[in-house]
Amino acid sequence: MWQALVRWFHRWTSPKIFYQISRPWIFWSSVAAIAILAVALTWGLVFAPVERLQGNSYRIIFIHVPSAFLSQAIYLAIAIMGLVGLVWRIKLAFYAAKQCIPIGASMALLALVTGAIWGKPTWGTWWVWDARLTSMLVLLFLYLGLWALHNAMERQETGDRAAAILALVGVVNLPIIKFSVVWWNTLHQPATLKLTQAPPMHISMLIPFLMAIVGFYLAALAWGLSRTRLEILQREPNARWVREELDQLGSAR
Amino acid sequence: MAVVLSAERLRCVRDHRCLFSNLSFQVSRGEILHLKGPNGAGKTTLLRGLVGLTTLVEGRIHWFPQDSSDDEKPNEKIWYIAHRPAVTLLQSPLENLRYSLTLHGIALPEADLWQALATVGLLGYEDVPSHQLSAGQQRRVGLARLFLPVEDQISIWVLDEPLTALDVSAVHQLKERILTFAGRGGAVIMTSHHGIDSDAVRSLDLEEAG
Amino acid sequence: MTLTAVIQGIMRRELQLAFRRRAELLNPLLFFLIVVSLFPIGVTPELARLSEMAVGVLWVTALLANLLSLDLLFRSDFDDGSLEQQLMANVPASLLVLVKVVTHWLVTGLPLTLMSPMLSLMLALPSEAIPLLMLTLALGTLTLSLLGGIGAALTVGLRKGGLLLTVLIMPLFVPVIIFGTGAVSAFIDQLPWLGHLALLAAMVTGSLVLAPLVTVLALEIAVED
Repeated sequence: MWQALVRWFHRWTSPKIFYQISRPWIFWSSVAAIAILAVALTWGLVFAPVERLQGNSYRIIFIHVPSAFLSQAIYLAIAIMGLVGLVWRIKLAFYAAKQCIPIGASMALLALVTGAIWGKPTWGTWWVWDARLTSMLVLLFLYLGLWALHNAMERQETGDRAAAILALVGVVNLPIIKFSVVWWNTLHQPATLKLTQAPPMHISMLIPFLMAIVGFYLAALAWGLSRTRLEILQREPNARWVREELDQLGSAR
Repeated sequence: MAVVLSAERLRCVRDHRCLFSNLSFQVSRGEILHLKGPNGAGKTTLLRGLVGLTTLVEGRIHWFPQDSSDDEKPNEKIWYIAHRPAVTLLQSPLENLRYSLTLHGIALPEADLWQALATVGLLGYEDVPSHQLSAGQQRRVGLARLFLPVEDQISIWVLDEPLTALDVSAVHQLKERILTFAGRGGAVIMTSHHGIDSDAVRSLDLEEAG
Repeated sequence: MTLTAVIQGIMRRELQLAFRRRAELLNPLLFFLIVVSLFPIGVTPELARLSEMAVGVLWVTALLANLLSLDLLFRSDFDDGSLEQQLMANVPASLLVLVKVVTHWLVTGLPLTLMSPMLSLMLALPSEAIPLLMLTLALGTLTLSLLGGIGAALTVGLRKGGLLLTVLIMPLFVPVIIFGTGAVSAFIDQLPWLGHLALLAAMVTGSLVLAPLVTVLALEIAVED
């Protein structure tokens, strides 16, 4: 039973089968992401009511919060995929983990930039050492570390496994980092107005907000899948199906 | 004779290249397994796989299959001489030798260490920092381990090109030593471009087998 | 040979090697001294303002000094092949790593800690806070040596790992910096500080247990390459 399960798992995680299955997934998730995001952002940025305390500047949460959520979720996903790769030696997990790094890093960067844009009208400066922004900054550093480690290694396989270990150490550390930063922040300067701690949201804000989150996740899914597919083509140049696929792609153009 | 190592259907792929596959062999006490093959055939990788430093893609490696205790990594019974000689340049030959024994958890009287160093021609250099020795002498520091009287504790030698960079008499001496060790019931797995002539030697060509 | 004898033998070698590279022992201390004295030059010679930032400056500089020296923790053993023998040794590799890291701390973190009182006078840290500063620095550098050991193992196969090591490890080190400096600052401000110290101690304990295991994993990957 267990053996059969493992065999099934191995087959499903073979790069070739993944490459075939993922094509429709990318299509549908990107279509859904575009549709949902278009509705959510138009609604949120244009039609949702003005917030009582923060005025119009609160609208940035429709981008800020989903990207912040995603950057943390992707880091967790990278660590899990790294663990899967290390334990079961599944190459696909490493490929996907590697290609998730730039996605997660750009989400963290987006969260930081939108946080700064929100900070200007609210706090009067672009940057405040707010607990959330600070831990997001540390998360961005963790991503950059993963990326730098990957790039430093001569053999990709070594980079995969080294980065997996670093991601696991990081994921254990992440809650401690968040906890410590919150504590440090409350000791030094209690911020009166916190980003993302809006009072209970009105339903006309909540719906586009939730939709934006779903839309971001779907977009990241499509992005991650297509990056992973490219990584497969790049990393397995000797597999016959990869060569055939590349020939086809070449002749189509 | 008792089988000390059985390897079944080993397969190794590295950087998209299949080094060997479906490789099975056994090594018994008193035997010398001579791995052959051109450069890049995977000899070193195979040796490293046998001692557990590299994971081979497929296959099973079973040390001491007749032992009831399931020794997964019986490294305390193995001398592994690698490409990199494991000679710390800031330490003297004597200190290097003692450290190798410490890692194996073996305590020997000082006289035995001196004897081994004398055998490989390093008498008079035992307290000199190894970086002051010539390259050939540094190799001998690593090889001096093989001349320690520890047959009771260490019954297997895994040797990666032990005969390179040695002069003619040292090559002869080491070959003799390998044959003596096998004659006393030790098992040797080695790679070398030199040949050793003896009934105890069995050759395995990776190119043909893989 | 008993396990204790083996550990003694390993530790003796590590200490011997450390003292034979005397110049490298001195470098972290010089780094600490010079960088700390740059702050008054770069910021202000006013003692009142210096004393405000003294804890942070001392902590971060000491950590950097410690981290930069960690790069060599496994490198020479990796280069000459001793690391392979160590991973194959009769003792658990994690124990061996722990011995190496603790030795590194004895010859780097501990001297840095002992040097900190002098430098804290230069930055006008209130003198009654010095014992606590030393305690937190001792714990902090030990934790850094343990966590940094992971980074040193990950980068051991690279020719230049020093800067990368800092990039990898420093973000992970944020909590230790917060609680370490927090304890001393709270003490100076006459606030309760034992909680910070307890958390710092918890993190030391946690990394004592976990870091060597992860380091061994990373070393195995490096050796396999």
